[in-house]
Parts: sequence; structure tokens; C-alpha cells
Amino acid sequence: MMYLADVGALARKDLLLELRARDTLPAMLLFVVSTLVVFHFVLPADSSDLAATGLLWVALLFTALLGLSRAFAAEREQGVIDGLVLAPSDRSAIWLGKSLSILAFLALAEVIALPAYALFFQPVDAALVGGIALADVGIAAVGTLLAAMATASRARELLLPLLFLPLAIPIVIGGVGASVAGEPARYLGLLGLYDALFAIICWASFEYVVTE
Amino acid sequence: MIRARALEKRYGDKRILRGVEFDVGTHDFLLVTGPNGSGKTTLLRLCAGLAAPSRGELDLGFARGRVGYLAHEPLVYRELTALENLDLYGRLYRVPERRERTGMLLERFGLWEARHARAGSFSRGMLQRLALCRTLLHEPDLLILDEPHSGLDDEGALLLDRELMERRADAAFVVATHEPERLERFASARLALG
Repeated sequence: MMYLADVGALARKDLLLELRARDTLPAMLLFVVSTLVVFHFVLPADSSDLAATGLLWVALLFTALLGLSRAFAAEREQGVIDGLVLAPSDRSAIWLGKSLSILAFLALAEVIALPAYALFFQPVDAALVGGIALADVGIAAVGTLLAAMATASRARELLLPLLFLPLAIPIVIGGVGASVAGEPARYLGLLGLYDALFAIICWASFEYVVTE
Repeated sequence: MIRARALEKRYGDKRILRGVEFDVGTHDFLLVTGPNGSGKTTLLRLCAGLAAPSRGELDLGFARGRVGYLAHEPLVYRELTALENLDLYGRLYRVPERRERTGMLLERFGLWEARHARAGSFSRGMLQRLALCRTLLHEPDLLILDEPHSGLDDEGALLLDRELMERRADAAFVVATHEPERLERFASARLALG
């Protein structure tokens, strides 16, 4: 119970920081919409729907990367992570709280991105939305851990994409598969399995990432 | 509380600490001095459990939540108010009656009037006072202070000295400073680095 209270306090703090600083979500929204606009003009008029779906996933993935690159900015700039790490609460609560706030930012960005995608390309169906929802969980779980790792490095802007993109390949496979396959359940299952597996790994290993 | 033997810390090829030995008991006050770059901050991070030694023995005989760590940075969120920062730490550090304790500390360190102001709008001295409130919030058994007088005006420095005087008998201290003469009267042991 105490653990969940810690997670709630940390996630609320991140949302409050974003509400006041507004330095992550507006950038994500602008990025995803402008990327879709660019893709709209880049893609030839007679292109298949499959190509448009692929481009949506590219836009979502890089939007997530943009948000993740700012995930620990407040902690890094003021050294706050040391204060959090020394608290008696379980250190994985820091990861879970941050993952939840990242998940909220992704969901908000997609609330804007999906209608824009429907406007520029094609209607959005339930399989696509389900795939994106499951992909978001994996992106938030893995991305938060990797963002914490990258934060400790001087080359953090370079390191995060290098670590994140290879680990996001199964998310892309599952997400695109769920969006275009006639029978999406298999791909949604893959995404669910990825989420569960990596959430456990990230939850268990976060402690070692935030201590020297 | 802390026992260090042949302590060594390296970052890559660079050796920061070598052969450091000391003990800190329950009511000891270890004063750590040394020139810039001598490894004072690194030693304090080791004592807080924020870093692991590269070689040697370091026994930390305290629970993680019982240490109060004052660093160079205030370890507070700039976009949160003084009150919100302390409330967050109070929750995470399981401070009983945290609202009363927070209010008492803010008043004691002269920040009550600024409690609803964001930390980002604070001067260096006010940030240091807020950092001291954060450090003392959970009444730690071990206080690890890195240049505690840094940025404080005369009034702030006096407030800190008073706090150290009051807490001296109840807690152990590891304090790094460039002004050893200011803290000499509290010290029970000294460690010169570099």
C-alpha cells in the first residue's frame, strides 16, 4: 500500500511539473502532428494503406523518444535523483511513477495524433488503437529504464536512441502486425508478452541503474 | 555507524581517493577538509551509499532512510514550491506529522513567507536553506553535509550553527568544508584529504 502511495506521489509530481514547465508534452504534440503532415505530403497519392500505417508507427516511436529524452531532465538538472534514491521507499517506485507519467504523455500525444492520422490517411480501427495502447506500456517501461541509464551519461542524447531503438523493434513488429494483419490477436499477444516481460525486468533492475 | 578501511575510489583511470580510513560512531562528528578536487564530495557520496568504493572496505551501519544528505545541489524541483518539495520528501521519507514538521522547519529557516513560491525563483541562499530543511526533515541519525555554509548569509549561517548545536548530541555527522574553523568546535574527529 505504501509502495503504491509512493508511486502515486511520484507520478503526480511529474504531471504537476509538466503542467507548470510545459517543456515535454507540447513538444511531443507539435512533433507528432508536424511529422504526420510531412508524411502526408511525402507519401504519393496512390500509396497503399500499409505504407501509411508504417509511417504512423515511425511517428509515434520518435515522438516517444522525444518525451523519453526529457524524462529525467528535472532530476538531472537539480541532482534530485540522489534525494529520491536515498529515500526508504523501494527504488522501483521511482521507475513506476516515471513510467506512468510517460504513459500519460504518450496517451495525450496520441489523442491528438490519431485524429490527425485519420484526417490525413485513413480511419483508425480498434486493432490499431489496441496495438498502440499495448505498445505504449512497453515503450514507457523500457524507455524509462533506458532514459535513467542515459541520464547518468554525458552523451545522453546519443545514448538513449542507441539503446532504445533496438529494444523497440519487437514493439514495432507487434504494433504494425496488429494494425495490418487480418487476425491481430497474435500480434497483440506478442505486445502483451513483451510488456509483461520487460516490465518485470525493468522493475527489478532499476535499483542498479540509479546507483553507481 | 561508518567504518572505512583502505578505501579507494576510481572513475575510469582517474583515482579520486586512495587509502582512506576512518570510523564514525553514533555521536561522532567527522570534519573532512581538503583542497578542491581532493575527493571530499566523492567521499561523502560513498558514505551516503550513493556510490560504491572501487577497492577497500566500507561498512555503512545505518538504514537508507535514516541519512540526511546535503549536496552541492539543493536536490529540489525548481518548478515545485518550497512546501510541495518538502511535502514530497516528507511522504517518501515517511515523516510522521509531515505538515507540522515541514511548517516548523520552514519557519525556523525563515522560509515560511516564501513557502508558496517556486524553488526556481529562490536565491542561492534561500535554496540552501530549503536544502537544509529537506535534509533535516526526517530527523536523520546520520547527517552528511557538503559545504553546509555555502551560499548562506550571516543569519542563515547562524541558523545552521544553532541547528548543528541542537542536533550534535542526537546524530552522527560527516561534514566536508572549506571553513574548518567555523565547524571546529563541533568536531570529534578530522580527516584531511589530498
